[in-house]
Amino acid sequence: MSNKNSTGYIFIYAAILIVIVAALLSVAAVVLAPYQQRNKDNEKMCNILNAAAIPNVSNDNAQALFDKHCTQMLLLDGNGNILDDSGKAFNTNLKQELYNKEQGNGYSLPLFVINNGAQNINVIPLQGNGLWGAIWGYIAIADDCNTVVGANFDHASETPGLGAEITTEKFQHQFQGKTIMKNGQFVSIKVQKGGIITLPETDREHAVDAISGGSITSKGVDEMINKVLSCYLPYFEKQHKEE
Amino acid sequence: MGNFKKLIIEPLRKANPITILVLGICSCLAVTAKLKPAIVMGISVMVVTAFSNLIISLLRKGIPSRIRIIVQLVVVAALVILVDQFLKAFVYDVSKQLSVFVGLIITNCIVMGRLEAYAMSHKPWESFLDGIGNGLGYSLILIIVAFFRELLGSGTLLGYQVIPQSFYELGYRNNGLMILPPMALIIVGVIIWIQRTRHPELQENNKK
Repeated sequence: MSNKNSTGYIFIYAAILIVIVAALLSVAAVVLAPYQQRNKDNEKMCNILNAAAIPNVSNDNAQALFDKHCTQMLLLDGNGNILDDSGKAFNTNLKQELYNKEQGNGYSLPLFVINNGAQNINVIPLQGNGLWGAIWGYIAIADDCNTVVGANFDHASETPGLGAEITTEKFQHQFQGKTIMKNGQFVSIKVQKGGIITLPETDREHAVDAISGGSITSKGVDEMINKVLSCYLPYFEKQHKEE
Repeated sequence: MGNFKKLIIEPLRKANPITILVLGICSCLAVTAKLKPAIVMGISVMVVTAFSNLIISLLRKGIPSRIRIIVQLVVVAALVILVDQFLKAFVYDVSKQLSVFVGLIITNCIVMGRLEAYAMSHKPWESFLDGIGNGLGYSLILIIVAFFRELLGSGTLLGYQVIPQSFYELGYRNNGLMILPPMALIIVGVIIWIQRTRHPELQENNKK
């Protein structure tokens, strides 16, 4: 102890300091985890409800509104059969499931059914890649399995002012009322560079304007919607047959 | 008591970390587009500077001088992670807006600067006050900048609309330029200008 700069002292000092700090941080992480999880769940519910165009959703009433409107949380297999409706879907990680699918392993797809009083809306989580990192969101399809009720997107690290504009009301609003089927064929929603004005008039209801300066992010959104929705097509076809 | 006043008040005025020492500019640009994140960021930085100053001052006699920067960093990093966890748990939407900038408090020059310059050589209580004072000085500038940016850029304060709708109907437009980071720098520049005009001794030419 006499020499503060001896190697032994430095090692012991550093070791004790690290152990104390590590213990402190672990305790904080464990104690605060439930609160953080609740915030994340709340945000997820908000996003699902927003996609389904349920009005006046905020962080405070998300839980209540979600309980009121969400009638089913389903897990589907690749053929559109329902595997589970016990609510496991809420914590299913779509990214992992899509990866499982690519690897040829078993997978299950989450789907949330939101009843807005008039109809059952299918809210589908989305997961894809933007320019710098992951992008994700929700798209809500009406009970005709064709018309988009709403969509919202979020991102990890897209460029502010360019790619990050996918989170704006202006971009997301465009999706309302678009349709994903053309003459019975799945065409998804195209995110059109240069604007839907460049498309023939018959295609405009299946497309939205891309973000200028955010081409790669826009393309990411386009691919994400196409890829994820096509996984759900078997389920939509089944719904149609039942009607 | 005189000491108390000096430690708390001076950083607000002639020893302000942002306008005089010009430290911590990076986060000042990033989080001041709206008032609420600026206030939360100010409080977070104040908590971190105060407690890291206190802890380092308590430890100062035992810290081996060869690893003192590492020890300081460990303490600061631990505090910042704690703050980040608390924000995520209790003010989630603000923590999303602040995103990486909370983590970047670790590299905020004000924190390390005060530790090296003050806490390593002063008693705990005074160091704690020094931390509070510098945190306040930082918050003050952040809040002034955010006030003007939110008022002129979005027409709101803390999210409430303050510019009457009738102004907009008469053709008033929000200044989109205010939302962009460079405007923070210009406002900080204006604050420095005002401050130096009022206190001529701060101007380099007048220093003797």
